[in-house]
Amino acid sequence: MITKNEIKQSFFLSMWAIILTFPLMVIKVNTIKNIVIFRWWNILYVAIGAFVASLLWNYLLRRKEEGAKKDTKDSIPIVHRLLQNQKFRLPFLATIGVIALVYPFVTPMYHTSIMISALVYVILGLGLNIVVGLAGLLDLGYVFFYAIGAYAYALLNLHFGISFWIVLPLSALLGALFGTLLGYPVLRLRGDYLAIVTLGFGEIIRIVLENWVEFSNGPRGIRNIPGPDSFGIELTQHQSVIYIYFIIIAVCLITIFFVQRLENSRIGRAWIAMRDDEIACQAMGIDKTKTKLTAFALGATWAGLAGVIFAAKTSYINPMSFTIWESITILCVVVIGGMGSAVGVIAGALVLILLPEYLRAVAEYRMLVFGALQVVVMVFKPEGLIEAVRKTYKYKKIKE
Amino acid sequence: MEPILNIKNLTMKFGGLTALNSVDIAIKKGEIAALIGPNGAGKTTLFNCITGIYEPTEGDVQITPPGKPTDSLNGLKPNIVTERGLARTFQNIRLFHGMTVLENVMIGRHCRLKSGILGAMFKPKSQKLEEQQAVADSYEILEKIGLEQFVNEMAINLPYGAQRRLEIARALATNPFLLLLDEPAAGMNPQETKELDDLIIWLRDNENVSILLIEHDMKLVMSLSDNIHVVDYGKKIAEGTALEIKNNPIVIKAYLGDESEDA
Repeated sequence: MITKNEIKQSFFLSMWAIILTFPLMVIKVNTIKNIVIFRWWNILYVAIGAFVASLLWNYLLRRKEEGAKKDTKDSIPIVHRLLQNQKFRLPFLATIGVIALVYPFVTPMYHTSIMISALVYVILGLGLNIVVGLAGLLDLGYVFFYAIGAYAYALLNLHFGISFWIVLPLSALLGALFGTLLGYPVLRLRGDYLAIVTLGFGEIIRIVLENWVEFSNGPRGIRNIPGPDSFGIELTQHQSVIYIYFIIIAVCLITIFFVQRLENSRIGRAWIAMRDDEIACQAMGIDKTKTKLTAFALGATWAGLAGVIFAAKTSYINPMSFTIWESITILCVVVIGGMGSAVGVIAGALVLILLPEYLRAVAEYRMLVFGALQVVVMVFKPEGLIEAVRKTYKYKKIKE
Repeated sequence: MEPILNIKNLTMKFGGLTALNSVDIAIKKGEIAALIGPNGAGKTTLFNCITGIYEPTEGDVQITPPGKPTDSLNGLKPNIVTERGLARTFQNIRLFHGMTVLENVMIGRHCRLKSGILGAMFKPKSQKLEEQQAVADSYEILEKIGLEQFVNEMAINLPYGAQRRLEIARALATNPFLLLLDEPAAGMNPQETKELDDLIIWLRDNENVSILLIEHDMKLVMSLSDNIHVVDYGKKIAEGTALEIKNNPIVIKAYLGDESEDA
């Protein structure tokens, strides 16, 4: 099934790869002995590797195109089908529930710990999904609200000894407040312009935290942040990790619950309408200002929550935890998981955060594999791992 | 009787370009009025001025909703205009692609519903009932327009004619007293146009809405309209019944050009 053209193309590609990687793969300079070693054998590996990869790539692309021709309609992702089917829905959710429940007890502490990090990103992803996925506002400064949450807990606890359980809801409100405040100046912006301005906001928080030493302790950060208050029960280190794990599972469930409800509510529909067509949505009687602000506020709420849990879990925060890179990672979670799809975002967070951890085995190539994976997903599944599916309504006539 | 829409001396300038030049139009209750004119005459600009997408440079747009006092629409945002009872469709279809057909119509219900953030999150009984009512109302509208078989279909997957009808359904869901249709028959085949013709008359007779439409399909315009307004180069050049317009030399000149001009 491989055409002549493809072989020709792959051949040229492998030639190109040889030239491109020549300085890296072939020439090796030994600065101590002042000699240059030429590893000619590597040319062969590069050539064969590039040739095979190119053939495979072409084959997959062709298959994708053929698939797109065949079925355009009934391509509902399997997870959604499982969730929609009443017969499978309960067992499916129960299985996940049981796995989540026993996970910290059957795996070593390390695994529980990275699962907590991944779940923090589930919350962050679901929050950003409201802003980017549903409302269509490209926000590159989402880390702002994450930092607000984390510093709110760290500082309130440091200065006033306020407990985790009080700061948690407080930080959600703080997130919403700052979301609204930041939403105001960017109301008129959209698309690329919005992205750049929010990017600026994300950097502002980091720079302020780094330089306002009296307030935030500057780049040294804040250490010894206590974990969640356990109401007087002494916990070992392992137990406290499990404790946080269950707290974050609970917060995740709450997030999922509310985000799902919002998505299928009057407000959620207004968000999507605004994303799809701003002018038509206004002409249909939707207040654009209000809709944008609620999207920013409700997106930021979850980042505030996630920030508190992050601070309590790591027990040490500094401005370096809240760089632009963090915003990009959260955005990747949303885009790769599937914009506007809560299930997709959850899957995206787990894959994107857990994978690099487990790829530590191939440490040197970790980020390379990670990057390649993102490219592959975007080429072959541009709508994300699990794409969004709208709710279907069953119509019941209301009797007068 | 007071006209339900009264446009007085409406002028819209974009920099040095005068898109509309003191246009006066009045629409009576229960009327199907048409707005015609050659390309670039300012018809869509007029729609945008009425619905608040543009703010007119000069002039006044007044409405008198049935049973309510006369009110000015000047400087109001599009969503407020819709709330006051004017709904429109677009020349180039502007549906919400990421939503189902039913949800598109439910967006139309948006400004008639109340539930807020907390309502959405905690779903009290009042909110649940409101949501059920919205689904029922939207479904009913789809039934009337004849789109009920597409309820849970994504809007983008609909055939062209159905997309045009869905836009009307969505506009109807806002409970308007006046529907503004911007080229509803554009791109439709004769069969679809005939159905649209019936639909518009049916809407007027059964849904208690008056209609102002922009249309290039003269057969449709002539058969439907009680009153036709003609604009050319931003100026209103004629008004009258189909017969009057057909025989009006100024209109013929605007459409076909002057004989003496191109000799």
